[in-house]
Amino acid sequence: MRCKWYWLITSVIVFISGCEPTTNEESIFNDGLVYCSEGSPTSFNPQLVTSGTTIDATTRQLYNRLIDFNRDNYQLEASLARSWHVTNDGTMITFYLRKDVQFHQTRYFTPSRNLNADDVIFSFQRILDKTHPFYQSVRGNFPFFQSINFEQLVTNIEKIDDYTIRFKLNQPDASFLSNVGAPFAVILSKEYADQLLSEDDPAVLPMLDSLPIGTGPFKFNEYRSNALIRFQRNENYWAHDVGIETLIFNITPNNTGRLTKLLTNECDVISYPIAPQEIRSRENLRLEEVTSFNVAFMAFNTSKPPFDNPVVRKAVSLAVNREAIINAVYFDQAEIAHSLLPSASWAYDKPSELLPYAPEQAKLLLQDAGLSEGFTLDLWAMPVQRAYNPNAMKMAKLIRSDLGKIGINVNIITYEWTTFLGKLANSEHQAVLIGWAADHPDPDNFFSPLLSCSSARSGSNRSFWCNQNFDDLLAKALLTRNNKKRREYYLQAQELLTEELPLLPIAHAKRAQAKVETVQGNILAPFGGISFADTKKVTKEEN
Amino acid sequence: MFSFALRRLNLLFFTLLMLTLVAFSLNYFFPGSPIVNMTGLVNASDAELATYEQMYHMDQSLFFQYLAYLKEIFSGNFGVSMSTQSPISEELVTYLPATIELSLAALFLAMLFGIPLGFIAAIFHNKGADKTILVIAMVGYSLPVFWLALILILVFAIILPWFPSSGQINLLFEIEQVTGFKLIDILLSDSPYRWQAFLDALKHLVLPAIAVAVAPMTIFIRLARTSMLEVLESNYIKAARAKGLSNLKIIYHHGIRNALVRIIRDMGLQFANLMTLAMIAEVIFDWQGAGSWLIDSIFQRDYTAIQGGLIALASFTFLINIFADFIYAALNPVERYARHGT
Repeated sequence: MRCKWYWLITSVIVFISGCEPTTNEESIFNDGLVYCSEGSPTSFNPQLVTSGTTIDATTRQLYNRLIDFNRDNYQLEASLARSWHVTNDGTMITFYLRKDVQFHQTRYFTPSRNLNADDVIFSFQRILDKTHPFYQSVRGNFPFFQSINFEQLVTNIEKIDDYTIRFKLNQPDASFLSNVGAPFAVILSKEYADQLLSEDDPAVLPMLDSLPIGTGPFKFNEYRSNALIRFQRNENYWAHDVGIETLIFNITPNNTGRLTKLLTNECDVISYPIAPQEIRSRENLRLEEVTSFNVAFMAFNTSKPPFDNPVVRKAVSLAVNREAIINAVYFDQAEIAHSLLPSASWAYDKPSELLPYAPEQAKLLLQDAGLSEGFTLDLWAMPVQRAYNPNAMKMAKLIRSDLGKIGINVNIITYEWTTFLGKLANSEHQAVLIGWAADHPDPDNFFSPLLSCSSARSGSNRSFWCNQNFDDLLAKALLTRNNKKRREYYLQAQELLTEELPLLPIAHAKRAQAKVETVQGNILAPFGGISFADTKKVTKEEN
Repeated sequence: MFSFALRRLNLLFFTLLMLTLVAFSLNYFFPGSPIVNMTGLVNASDAELATYEQMYHMDQSLFFQYLAYLKEIFSGNFGVSMSTQSPISEELVTYLPATIELSLAALFLAMLFGIPLGFIAAIFHNKGADKTILVIAMVGYSLPVFWLALILILVFAIILPWFPSSGQINLLFEIEQVTGFKLIDILLSDSPYRWQAFLDALKHLVLPAIAVAVAPMTIFIRLARTSMLEVLESNYIKAARAKGLSNLKIIYHHGIRNALVRIIRDMGLQFANLMTLAMIAEVIFDWQGAGSWLIDSIFQRDYTAIQGGLIALASFTFLINIFADFIYAALNPVERYARHGT
């Protein structure tokens, strides 16, 4: 009997000692990177979504666009299109494509040719052509393109030769190039689509969007819903060599869970970290942040009293202590918004007169407006967390106490998210705390969707504010191609907003992430999702 | 033995009947249309829904609807998940093995430590060792699993970086899913990192298994203690003692075996408890099993998944219980003639 035990123990020891980490295992950890993300993607094709989580997981990992934005100066730069040309009248835009771009080779698709004009035309045609099988396979649901009226804007996409295409527009549109560079406008493979079509089964068509093929730095390998996405390096990436062999998105919706995994080194990088002090206090961790193109604001419903009166809007705006909000809601991971535009935008200029926190002055204004008795205000707070507003409920409570000081009694109201949006579009609110995350750095992306008259009709203008002068300024800015002139128009528009205050900009939130020190390279970007293309892991010694 | 088996199967049949009845009625209690709740087809066209309504006899009385529902359930069709649109049965096959794996590991730990400790307590009845063990058992039994899990993570993952805090394996190891049992899948795979992966998976198993094992272990301690005490009181032990056998020999040759038989039956009961604990531990340890899957489904209001998960988990627990009963009956002939199921 004793002999048996002896053998068991010996074999266990031999077994365990045989499993010491070897150099092979080191390489699997050095070439692989685990990113802990905050949620599951809803699709693997950004054309179909607006959610930031999906963009993070797809756009810059799997795909490329015709043009891209420079990370530092936000100017357009070449991507799949090596150059482009806009005619003088601004209605014809020609793109010249690179010739050396290969699509991903995976277990479900092997490309036989490089990217050419057909792929680009296919990628946009599926959005424009209502009879297109891949328009129907997603029931025409392209939210970004619908919001910019893409199908009314583009009359025709023409193939000049295999590597040249020309977009014809109905009217000049200065934001068109920015929209083509938006994270939603990715280029898909027509050859892959044809392969799916040839199976002659409508049930396989959605695979175009769920088993993706792109040209980006990573290839899709595996997705387990609510658990992980596995990407593999694209060895034939056209732009440069990719530093990571295996990229894992470990889906961890729980904030504390993400932090724990970072502390135990199970994640190399985590999104939206909590407890920044704890992370800063550890030597092997790094906290990074970037000012995002977003804004949180309080929109006043100008279509009904009391906020149809600009004086009341001004009074309320003066009474809100935004500094305290930045501190309590954003933990100082944000800056006070002096305009709808973030200060990094080229169309931003610091206003000559900043809106102060002045409750006494606010009281006087309320008296002028004949509301010295105060009134009761229904303030709506959005029920979800967004990068631009991590806690609308807390913000609403702070505002309630601020406004209480000038005699305004605030009721905080919230609903489940879809109901909330539906009721907002029906103009049932008096004021609402909500925000906007930009899709690309073009200033028009902040103004037209939020405050134009057409957005007031469609309901996305939460203030229901329609001002002809403002609309004219936006239209003029879109028609001109001279950037200096455009900037002039946008500055005028911002001045108008400061006077009229249809909404009170509150904060531009920074986007943060935390990582272990051995991960190097830029991951965060101010807009358009994160990218692991330039990331690599270095060993401790190199570091 | 035959009538024993019949009685147990009878019990199984009626329990399953009640269970499916509850699950079926949920379709009507959940918000939304019953046919969508049953099939999980949230994006289906009217024409598609019409064919399904026919399949589930929605135009007939509730009784026939229930029969049609039973037919689909027994042919393995639980509908598709409302959130992922993949078949519930497939998801169950993916997630259930992970839960079983965790439960088995915990059961193993609970028995490995619980039973010997219980025996020791019985042998030193009313002495210091007995009291200490009983105190430990009482404390262990009172610890809520979620608290214990968090403390284990804090101490053994964050403060002392010995074990990982979450998941079944480092995700950089790419292991193809065959059986769903991670350890078996790793051994079956042809990955060059097989042994490293195996060791890594074992490391991942340690903390969750301990968290789940503590409460059942304390029960095993008490069971083993009582059972051993009873055995030690019995006449054949007294006879052995009279013959002059040493204490050690008595316990080794007569005590342990007879005491173990009684514990086996309770193993089945413990398994139900274990599954519940495992479900909570899975959420905390981010373990991709049926428990965290079911709790996710509840958060996402995925009614088809809730129903399917309910039926599958409950029937699985029943089956284990009955299986343990059979083993017990096979080992202990007296039980076969017991009149009523216990």
